[in-house]
Amino acid sequence: MAETLLFNALREAIDEEMARDPYVCVMGEDVGQYGGSYKVTKDLYEKYGELRVLDTPIAENSFTGMAVGAAMTGLRPIVEGMNMGFLLLAFNQISNNMGMLRYTSGGNYTIPAVVRGPGGVGRQLGAEHSQRLEAYFHAVPGIKIVAVSTPTNAKGLMKAAIRDNNPVLFFEHVLLYNLSENIPEGDYICALDQAEIVLPGKDVTILTYSRMRHHCLKAVEQLTEAGVDVELIDLVSLKPFDMATISASIRKTHRVLIVEECMKTGGIGAELMALITENCFDELDVRPMRLSSQDIPTPYNGVLENLTIIQPSQIVAAAKALKAGQV
Amino acid sequence: MTKADMGRDLAATSGAPACSADSHQAAGAHAERLLNLYPATPAQVSPEEGMMLYRDMMLGRRFEDKCAEMYYRGKMFGFVHLYNGQEAVSTGVIKAMKPQYDWFCSTYRDHVHALSCGVPAREVMSELFGKETGCSKGRGGSMHLFSKEHHLLGGYAFIGEGIPVALGAAFTSRYKRDALGDSSSDSVTAAFFGDGTCNIGQFYECLNMASLWKLPIIFVVENNKWAIGMDHNRATSDPEIWRKATGFGMASEEVNGMDVLAVRAASQRAIERARAGEGPTLLECLTYRFRGHSLADPDELRAEAEKEFWAKLDPIKGLAAQLLEQKLATAEQLQAIEQEVDAEVADCVEFALAAPEPKPEELTRYIWAED
Ligand SMILES: Cc1ncc(C[n+]2csc(CCOP(=O)(O)OP(=O)(O)O)c2C)c(N)n1
Ligand SMILES: [Mg+2]
Repeated sequence: MAETLLFNALREAIDEEMARDPYVCVMGEDVGQYGGSYKVTKDLYEKYGELRVLDTPIAENSFTGMAVGAAMTGLRPIVEGMNMGFLLLAFNQISNNMGMLRYTSGGNYTIPAVVRGPGGVGRQLGAEHSQRLEAYFHAVPGIKIVAVSTPTNAKGLMKAAIRDNNPVLFFEHVLLYNLSENIPEGDYICALDQAEIVLPGKDVTILTYSRMRHHCLKAVEQLTEAGVDVELIDLVSLKPFDMATISASIRKTHRVLIVEECMKTGGIGAELMALITENCFDELDVRPMRLSSQDIPTPYNGVLENLTIIQPSQIVAAAKALKAGQV
Repeated sequence: MTKADMGRDLAATSGAPACSADSHQAAGAHAERLLNLYPATPAQVSPEEGMMLYRDMMLGRRFEDKCAEMYYRGKMFGFVHLYNGQEAVSTGVIKAMKPQYDWFCSTYRDHVHALSCGVPAREVMSELFGKETGCSKGRGGSMHLFSKEHHLLGGYAFIGEGIPVALGAAFTSRYKRDALGDSSSDSVTAAFFGDGTCNIGQFYECLNMASLWKLPIIFVVENNKWAIGMDHNRATSDPEIWRKATGFGMASEEVNGMDVLAVRAASQRAIERARAGEGPTLLECLTYRFRGHSLADPDELRAEAEKEFWAKLDPIKGLAAQLLEQKLATAEQLQAIEQEVDAEVADCVEFALAAPEPKPEELTRYIWAED
């Protein structure tokens, strides 16, 4: 075990995979000489050279498309979105090409590509740099979506994403890069399609992902004191959802709370709620609840920004209400 | 790179079309450009090569004519974009490249590119009928023809989106050579797209990256003057697309896209540069489509005089005349080719009609790499 920062866990994963497979390469803005805007590719340029760690011009649409073409012809590119929000400019290439092309080509081509970068609401970065594209990309067929939340899962999931033969959208969070913890030594993999049971419990299931996992952990401290036994599940895989783990938990607790950072309308929780209703309706003792960000552009002002996203106190209140059946 | 640099002054052309001043004025600015094309050296071909080119163009033409017939008979659906008139570009470029080695990227007007790449007519026609035997297993359709076997990166239905994909294939070629140390890696990628597509961002973004990294790619602009109903001259600040390459420090040529030997010669120059590691080329091929934008297009905007001007430059008739004149083929040989092509087209229709539909239980297959 070694104490590792999250950005460094990602860097280790990429480094180890590049050493293991010469077809793995990185492309994006400032990934090379600069080392990545969050240092996820630090020193890899010096180690692997300018083609394997390619500094691209600011052209998201085209370098993402280039990664598709490279993947179709044998490479395993990792595309960095300097901020995931910038990939709105690459929506077409991610949707039409990464997501759909294998199908429309009748299986002619596979696209083993990873698109990764920082998403989520940071500290007063303003609306455009505070987006949660996982929700926007959720409907695209043919892509896997994961969100990492700890140094341990960041490394294991990054390795799995690179080795996967399908396109993977890999969401990191701007505020989690400096999380530190002991991670396993050497080569290990986390399954791309498996949720993580963070804390087992019997009263209320909380489903969350990315930074909200840590807000939930804060809430659980108070909830435990208040006698609410929470089963906290980190979804990890946003597409497809690990419905086996989710359903098993609901069969145990009969109460479910979804906590997410994306906006409520058309969000990850909206889809999850629909699936739970379809699959677990008879297991639920009270109606399921959802805590999401406000349906507004994230304001710059710090107080307003905090009001936009969910806070631990709201999670505490909702979980208590669920346990009491007062929802 | 200037016109003179590009070797356009090397020798006499195969001859500008005979056309009176009056009629070409009515035919418009695009025709004017073709008439004023600086003479370029056409490709020298052997009899076998000449007849191979003739056959490929004839196959493209007859295949497309059959598509129109089948569309009106209700055998194929959706948007179907035919290539009639532009055959010299597909044949001129693709047949100068190495099959199943170099890479090709097309648009929604992709049937003939697929045929030139070597995708069997049976597979292309089957795809248009939505059959399981189609090159995209009936999942793609007219605008999404793919064949990994024949290095067809695909037909892309959104304007400009194929250009970055083609760039990626060219990047792989360079990556294998310079990052993996495979000195034999010298495949070249040809990206085909239209005049209207030269106004979208990816075009400029990819010209920049291709030139910056000296990627082995040929940007083949099929300037047929029209983007559905938008006249090229109303859509772009400088209608001479080949000049746009200059701003990126890229080699470029303006090519007679109605003359397969001119296209072939320009392609050969571009391929040589690309294989030698000297980077990309932009070829602006002046051409014209003989039919509407798609089979659903009433084609009401284009002037009769313009259509007549270009019809006289039919690239297939043009090549036939050159082959006969230079005694590279006899009329009987050309006729035999035509008959062979007609038989091939009849066969592919018969095959596609009888071919099985995709299985309903395989509706969700091919989403994931493992399935
Ligand atoms: C992004 C996008 N916008 C609009 C369209 C609709 N569209 C299809 S073809 C076309 C014209 C393209 O003209 P050009 O590039 O000259 O190619 P041509 O059809 O002449 O071969 C347009 C606007 C599209 N397919 N994709
Ligand atoms: Mg056009």
